[in-house]
Amino acid sequence: MELNDLTNTTGEWLRGSGPQADIVMSTRIRLARNLAEFPFISRASDQDRADIEKLLRDRVLKIREQSGELLYVNVSDLDRLDRQFLVERQLISREHAEAKGARGVAIGSGEQISLMINEEDHLRIQCLHSGLDVQGAWDQIDRIDDLISEQVNYAFHPRLGYLTACPTNVGTGVRVSVLMHLPALVLTRQIDKVFRSLQKISLAVRGLYGEGSQAMGDFYQISNQQTLGRSEKELVDQVTDVVPAIIHYEREARDFLIKESQQTLHDQVSRAYGILRTAQTISSEETMHLLSKVRMGINLGLIADLPMLKLNELFIRTQPAHLQKISGVELNTADRNIERARFLRRYLNREEDGNGGKN
Amino acid sequence: MKCQKCERPATFHITELEGGKHTELHLCEQHARQYLTQGEGEPGSAPTIAGALAQQLAVGQTAEELAQLDQRACPICGITFYEFRNQGRLGCPHDYVCFEKELEPLIANIHGETVHKGKKPKHGASGTQQRTELIRMRREMKEAIEKENYEKAKELRDQIKKIEATQE
Repeated sequence: MELNDLTNTTGEWLRGSGPQADIVMSTRIRLARNLAEFPFISRASDQDRADIEKLLRDRVLKIREQSGELLYVNVSDLDRLDRQFLVERQLISREHAEAKGARGVAIGSGEQISLMINEEDHLRIQCLHSGLDVQGAWDQIDRIDDLISEQVNYAFHPRLGYLTACPTNVGTGVRVSVLMHLPALVLTRQIDKVFRSLQKISLAVRGLYGEGSQAMGDFYQISNQQTLGRSEKELVDQVTDVVPAIIHYEREARDFLIKESQQTLHDQVSRAYGILRTAQTISSEETMHLLSKVRMGINLGLIADLPMLKLNELFIRTQPAHLQKISGVELNTADRNIERARFLRRYLNREEDGNGGKN
Repeated sequence: MKCQKCERPATFHITELEGGKHTELHLCEQHARQYLTQGEGEPGSAPTIAGALAQQLAVGQTAEELAQLDQRACPICGITFYEFRNQGRLGCPHDYVCFEKELEPLIANIHGETVHKGKKPKHGASGTQQRTELIRMRREMKEAIEKENYEKAKELRDQIKKIEATQE
């Protein structure tokens, strides 16, 4: 498996299946870990970073027998486009893409697992599952963490737990995030109310690509803020318990919209679908916005001829780096918008050319 | 002293400076946390390290004491408290021990707790001290090379190798 092979595949987490997949796009858990014998990244010399990268790469690749095939990518060797491609696929963070010095990522087949070396912490383990599957993702990441910890000395304090570069992650180092599609709560202007109540119970809400990013296409990431003083199970439960309530509100809002303004809703969804199928030039923001409407339309039974998997794929494949990797040329913004529109027309109007649903 | 808002003991003593006037607040951990996080109304905003530290350091310290604190450096990785405060990232695992007094309230503020409850690594935490020492030795070796003190660098290299060998 090579990096370019990912262009033709679809990550397991985009299957559009899994529990509550109409509202919960994916579940992600990440663990922050550091080696006891090296300084944290902020104080690491170039030599330290190279040593950490080599040591962790060797150890991480040893777990492949238990965790399936792993593709290792030297992120420091990649050009900007390939790094952005990995960010869009949620396999590395923006920070990791933009960082300096020796760093890499090991990617599991199906893209459920990614292990970032030399991000903010020496090691960041991530598991990404389709739909609402917090327990499944936790079981998998827990196993991987155990396998690695047999081979390295994690920085661990008897009272404070796993030590991390930033005190916001100390303790368990666990961040549980659920990516939710909440268009009806946005349309009915109830989303702020949901956020305020989540904040009261120490859950954070962020956009699709993590801290500081805008919520695009009505996608919101809900995650725990606290990492110390609660066991991993309690953190997993905290998020697991609250998500069904948000799903419930979103469903209520959808029912309300169908009942009160089905015609307006159907019109909005159809127009969005129409633009995506006919536009000659389109930005990635507008695409996200329209895809979100269409996605809601599929879930409400207003659009019947487009499978969810195919639509989910479009969210990823119409983003800048994906578009350029698929077309095989680097494009400026204006040309990208034309290429994006062309890609969408092909994909949505004539399935056989779009390579949709085949993977 | 009791918390001003409940019966619990006041463990946070906050001095609020506003327009030349100062008000003293004596609060328990829970109410202090509530007080310090109020007004951060932005949805999704995580508490920033710099912000939380600034609030916490205003508690009962003089400017002189703060300046002294800023200059304090970790003997293992060399990071100063000022550098940590500025960038919000620690320099090595030992910082949690070295700056314990300053970090404790910050950690309590962020997490509401200060004791880990969860899994432990398969490898016990034994020998942590020795492993952390490697950070200092590597740093000193690099400094020795930069100062062209090759004798000292060689000595340190041998010591590092010895420790690493016992860990394999």
